[in-house]
Amino acid sequence: MAETTVIRTEHLSKQYDTEAGPVPVLKDVNLEIRAGEFVAVMGPSGSGKSTFMNILGCLDLPTAGKYVLDGRDVATLDKNQLARLRNEVIGFVFQGYNLLPRASLADNVALPMVYAGAGREQRNAMARDLLGRVGLANYERYAPNQISGGQQQRVAIARALINSPRLILADEPTGNLDSKTSYEIMKLFVALNQEDGITIVLVTHEADIAAYAKRLVKFVDGRVTHDGGVASGMSEEAPA
Amino acid sequence: MIGPMLEEAWHAMGANRLRAFLTMLGMMIGVAAVIMMMAVGQGAQFMVDQSIASMGSNLFIVLSGSTTAGGVRLGSGATPTLTTADADAIAELPSIAAVAPVSPGSAQLVYGANNWATSVMGTTPSFLDVRDWQVTSGNAFSESDVRAGTRVVLLGRTVVKNLFVDEDPVGKTIRVKQSPFQVIGVLSAKGQSLDGRDQDDTVLIPVTTAQRKVFGSRFPGTVRFIMAQATSAQAMAAAERDMAQLLRQRHHLPDRADDDFDIRNLTALANAQAETTRVMSLMLGAIASISLLVGGIGIMNIMLVSVTERTREIGIRVAIGARERDILLQFLLEAIIISVIGCLVGVILGVGAAVAANLLARLAVVITGASIMLAFCVAAAVGIFFGFYPANKAARLKPIDALRYQ
Repeated sequence: MAETTVIRTEHLSKQYDTEAGPVPVLKDVNLEIRAGEFVAVMGPSGSGKSTFMNILGCLDLPTAGKYVLDGRDVATLDKNQLARLRNEVIGFVFQGYNLLPRASLADNVALPMVYAGAGREQRNAMARDLLGRVGLANYERYAPNQISGGQQQRVAIARALINSPRLILADEPTGNLDSKTSYEIMKLFVALNQEDGITIVLVTHEADIAAYAKRLVKFVDGRVTHDGGVASGMSEEAPA
Repeated sequence: MIGPMLEEAWHAMGANRLRAFLTMLGMMIGVAAVIMMMAVGQGAQFMVDQSIASMGSNLFIVLSGSTTAGGVRLGSGATPTLTTADADAIAELPSIAAVAPVSPGSAQLVYGANNWATSVMGTTPSFLDVRDWQVTSGNAFSESDVRAGTRVVLLGRTVVKNLFVDEDPVGKTIRVKQSPFQVIGVLSAKGQSLDGRDQDDTVLIPVTTAQRKVFGSRFPGTVRFIMAQATSAQAMAAAERDMAQLLRQRHHLPDRADDDFDIRNLTALANAQAETTRVMSLMLGAIASISLLVGGIGIMNIMLVSVTERTREIGIRVAIGARERDILLQFLLEAIIISVIGCLVGVILGVGAAVAANLLARLAVVITGASIMLAFCVAAAVGIFFGFYPANKAARLKPIDALRYQ
């Protein structure tokens, strides 16, 4: 666990086979993300950033190149080991929250612990703690459709945290939220990054959201075109 | 692991109660049909087996044959060609265990204020051996009763019920066609014969008494038929051949002449009927099993719909760390819960329907633990079998595809 490099990609590329022939989506991506970093990933639609996030999240595999997550070469792992990585090392936060509609908030938050094999009491206690942490104490028995979008995203963050991950992958977590709610969610991410030292990789379209991060990676046409400070990355942008 | 999964499967079904119920209904009807049909089939088999057992084993009946009188051919038993002497001769054959000549008729019986018309069979004591019939109280008549032609009578159960009600008949005197007979014994209950006659509605008297004193005969010493029991099932063929040979000899029939008697193998007839019932019973079960199969297909259908509907949920679960086998188990459990609950209710319905058929339609039913177990195991297997394909389909969904599914 003393690994300081959480993510390392070497000549990572991905192509999709279509009827018209192979379509390259990621081309030779070399990136290293160290423990405790807060990275924003930006890029236009179709630039490959979503595919990149899916590969980082072990939901998809690269066509070529190497991806090392938490010291393990993902290509050498079987399906069960990948599932275990998703369960224990990574926490996912999605644009659409992706809560299970029929389960209570507490059960939603505790779900990753079910797959980790934890007992009911432990799960309930952890879920209660984490719901408190994201500002939803006493909401355990509510259903997802009884709360607002911002609150649902908080629940999703609590769920991402429950197995104490090293890495949080957030795919446009504020995409469905108004700006005030977005800022509250971003403050939560900043707190997780600074207080808990959790590495965060966050995809966004919005410059003001990306501004919460310490490092900016920009994708264009499957290649990394900028990797560095947030402010310098923004200045390269065409005037908005 | 299983605990929370069971809970989730339960919740998933609760989310669509009507659908879960309708799916279970398919299983319920299937299982109920199997149990009901097996109960009826086994009931029929039981009745036939009982009738066969009550008939006696390895049994032949020898009837007097047809004759031609002035160009008119008369049917079997038209002329009394068989005699008690024939019966005695048959009894000497090595392949024959017991023989009883029978001279039947019917008569009105009177005891006190009660009277009852029944069949009266004149025969010998060995009739009881041939038919495997016991005397439950009193004694059977003996060979000396037959020689002397005494007026003694053995009563069947139905006759006892109608003439004596609650009284003990042994030692009492009844009138058979006006003449007094002493009741010396009561026969055990035999129940229905294969063709549905009440075998207990009869009385037995010595054959000589019947011939001389009750029915009379234009041909003294003749009997209507002879019942013969072979020594074993293997000896049946030999016994039939021996009897035919012996009777032709005794009746001085030339080689060209037809037999003037008719030997029928009752056991073979009965076995044919038992076989028919067994086949019917199997067919009932097979037809009912089809409904179980249809119920299973219903489960598969609904599970496939459910997997498609919940593709996104599967994607979420995979993203947060569910393994393939977790997803597989989740959907398989749902299918099993549906089939097991459907099955339990089906067992109750099936047993209820069988009992109702017994009470309302007077249908013989036999419900065995084995048939319930069989239905249950088949239903569980159907659930697993038809649940596996959809569950496996769910488990093999690609996570990114599943997550993107709208």
